[in-house]
Amino acid sequence: MPRFLLSRVTSGLGVLLLVCLFTYLVFFALSPDPAVQICGKNCTPELIDQIRGNLGLDQPFWTQFVQFVVGIFAGRTYGEGVSAVDCAAPCLGYSFQSSQAVWDMIVQRLPVSATVAVGAAVLWLLAGLAGGLLSAVKEGTFADRFITGLTLTSMSIPNYVLALVLQYVLVVKLQWLPFPQAVPFADDPVQWFLNFVMPWMVLAIGYAAAYTRLTRANVLDVLRENYVRTAFAKGLPPSLVWRRHALRPALTPVVTIFGMDFAGLLGGALITETVFGINGVGKMAADSIARNDQPVIMGVTLLAGFLVVVGNIVVDVVYTTIDPRVRVNA
Amino acid sequence: MTATTSDALLEVRDLTVTFQTPRGPLDAVRSLDLDLEPGGALGIVGESGSGKSMTSLAIMGLQPRAARRTGSVRLLGRELVGMSEPDLRRVRGDRVAMVFQDPLSSLNPYYTVGLQIEEAYRAHRPGVTRREARRVAVEALERVHIRDAARRVNHYPHQFSGGMRQRVMIAMALSTEPELLIADEPTTALDVTVQAQILDLLQEIRRETGTGLVLITHDLAVVSEITDHIVVMKDGVCVERGPVERIFTRPQHPYTRALLDAVPRIDDEIGELRAVTPGSAVVPDQVVPTNGGPA
Amino acid sequence: MSEPLLRATNLVKEFPIMGTGGLLRRPATFRAVDDVSFEIRAGETLALVGESGSGKSTTARLAARLLDVTSGTVELDGEDVTGLGRSELRRFRSEVQVVFQDPFSSLNPRHTVERIVTAPLTYQQRTVPGGARAFTRSLMERVGLDPDHSQKYPAQFSGGQAQRIGIARALAVGPRVVVCDEAVSALDVSVQAQVINLLRDLQREEGLTYLFIAHDLAVVRQIATRVAVMTQGQIVEEGDRDSVFGAPRHEYTRKLLDAVPRIRPEWERQRRANAARSAGAPA
Repeated sequence: MPRFLLSRVTSGLGVLLLVCLFTYLVFFALSPDPAVQICGKNCTPELIDQIRGNLGLDQPFWTQFVQFVVGIFAGRTYGEGVSAVDCAAPCLGYSFQSSQAVWDMIVQRLPVSATVAVGAAVLWLLAGLAGGLLSAVKEGTFADRFITGLTLTSMSIPNYVLALVLQYVLVVKLQWLPFPQAVPFADDPVQWFLNFVMPWMVLAIGYAAAYTRLTRANVLDVLRENYVRTAFAKGLPPSLVWRRHALRPALTPVVTIFGMDFAGLLGGALITETVFGINGVGKMAADSIARNDQPVIMGVTLLAGFLVVVGNIVVDVVYTTIDPRVRVNA
Repeated sequence: MTATTSDALLEVRDLTVTFQTPRGPLDAVRSLDLDLEPGGALGIVGESGSGKSMTSLAIMGLQPRAARRTGSVRLLGRELVGMSEPDLRRVRGDRVAMVFQDPLSSLNPYYTVGLQIEEAYRAHRPGVTRREARRVAVEALERVHIRDAARRVNHYPHQFSGGMRQRVMIAMALSTEPELLIADEPTTALDVTVQAQILDLLQEIRRETGTGLVLITHDLAVVSEITDHIVVMKDGVCVERGPVERIFTRPQHPYTRALLDAVPRIDDEIGELRAVTPGSAVVPDQVVPTNGGPA
Repeated sequence: MSEPLLRATNLVKEFPIMGTGGLLRRPATFRAVDDVSFEIRAGETLALVGESGSGKSTTARLAARLLDVTSGTVELDGEDVTGLGRSELRRFRSEVQVVFQDPFSSLNPRHTVERIVTAPLTYQQRTVPGGARAFTRSLMERVGLDPDHSQKYPAQFSGGQAQRIGIARALAVGPRVVVCDEAVSALDVSVQAQVINLLRDLQREEGLTYLFIAHDLAVVRQIATRVAVMTQGQIVEEGDRDSVFGAPRHEYTRKLLDAVPRIRPEWERQRRANAARSAGAPA
């Protein structure tokens, strides 16, 4: 087991390093000279050279890349002498726009994105599992067909359209929800909560539809398994057959998908956060892309990669505890 | 609800299993009669689509939901057709137990074999403690000659070989000491050496416990070795029945004769296998409807 | 002694074991076929028998060049074909064809019989002699199928007929060797007998050479000229059919033969006597 974990962690680190290299390469090759960007209006060639020196942009590509990677683990110092700036351990550089440390920006916004992700995940899991189960139990009936139709419809509506429609209906027309206002949780928990309701719904609906389809298909497959027939032949009560022999095998694959989906979402929901003006990692990513803020884009990309890799490892570990076949073979 | 005439273990009369298809009703089993004395062994032989597996499920009331079952199935004089579902559940796995073809897919991969034997036992012995059930599970594994049963009881199905898994299935079936064991192609998925061991085990269990056996198979050599009466099925209908020796020495029905002629023999001089001549209506090897019969 | 048509020498096949490899570590391997050699002369049938996991099917696939060997050589007519590339394999494929166990999963369900049996020729960019329709009809007649069904789809046939289509497809390119990988194992007894007879007739009439893979010893007895018994990736006994069945030398062969369920020979004799009597004295 520890050996299995170790090999997963090493290969995960390898993947992250590749992600790092790839994004660095893309921005190194494509982006306009950052020094010019930072320099601003009152620029002189000397100033640009000085900025280049401070950021290490006059170094060859590999040196820059190594400095960047080392910075993440050990921290680094930009510039020399009096103007030197110390960037502490998880150093992802500074935003060209706001001069804030990228790491601090991420840490600030991560809880917001996490709130969006957790709420949405709870919603879509409940809806997806319930819908899928109902659909499977009532296979072929009107309820089944209705749910199937609903899932297909909701999977085909883009998030931003859904967001606008929901806003119009729930806030403007029906006025079930107040107009979103930025408030800290401590000041007005109710308003804070209501702010998140729409983003949660918008994010959850697509996933819920996919999970409904997945759950339905899995449950129907498992019900056709010979071991379910064996369970009935043993004279077990139907409730026990369902609980023990049908649901557990049917829902195990859902765990895998959920781990990946959730991890991906923790790194920010780009469109939803932007549409609803939520100040999370996703919106930060969108903004930084619009302004070509290279260090921030790098930071967000790495964060997303990191979360997916960690999510993968967690899913594998969870899987070994719920599926005995994997456990023993590992 | 008392026994009518005999003290038969199993008395099936006019058993019919009907599916509604878009092209009208289709009988998977039609007007089947079966008789089995306590401790006897009955072989049901047929090729695919003969309805032999559906028969075994229908005896237990486990036919698919889409199917309708009519006729009479009496177990020790008690009528099972029309019995309430909770009452049927008390019979299933307790008085009648089943062993299926593919032991790997018939055991749930997520649970230890111990748990799967225990739940079968506890379902029919309310109030039994886990420890008691565990003891029964270990004993059941020992009875089917699984070595080191006290340790093996905690293993998962995939940790057993094919033959060992089928032993686990048999142990599970026997844990409640049923009067009747229905084995549906119990050795078809197994290698020939393992098959021989499982057939020996079934024989031994019959000898020692007096459990009645219904053995369903396509393999004539297998039924000839371990059953004393045979029912030959084709297209859902019994075409011939009788004591095993009579069927194998003086088959009456053309289909039975054709079947016996077609079996390749290991101890036989080479010669043309007498396959049924084309055009004879006896063996169905013609274009069949795509939906086939119920599995 | 004529030269063998197909010869396999010291075949070895190793498969990586899933999950044992790392980013830089080579995975552990499992040796499915371990130093297997055999020869088949033209017109004879070599049966490879064994239980599941014995390596018999892998051996067949190596011999048919459907799998690449880890080491060892396969020779057809004295020519080493082990290292043939894609284009050279085409010629080999027109000499060696395979019939698989499950007829339905090895026939494309969306293609008609005509398209299925002419496909091998089309792939090899050969012209279909006499046109597709006539060619298909004659092939179907050869394997005992109604030629009028050439425009039907596999699902419209029974299992035995589908296997005949599989055989027709194999014969389409005019091969000299046909590898039958459990070709009759999935069939019902009565149908199985017909397909075995068909294979024997084809061999007698057209001089085909078979590599016949089977786990059912009784079937092997009906069709083989020589038998090789495999277990754990190795051939433990090889010889003429009657000597292997009649006087097995290796302990494993004896165990295998003993395990086969049998109808009592005295019952069988009685049945035949009864059948002969009733046939001789028509009612």
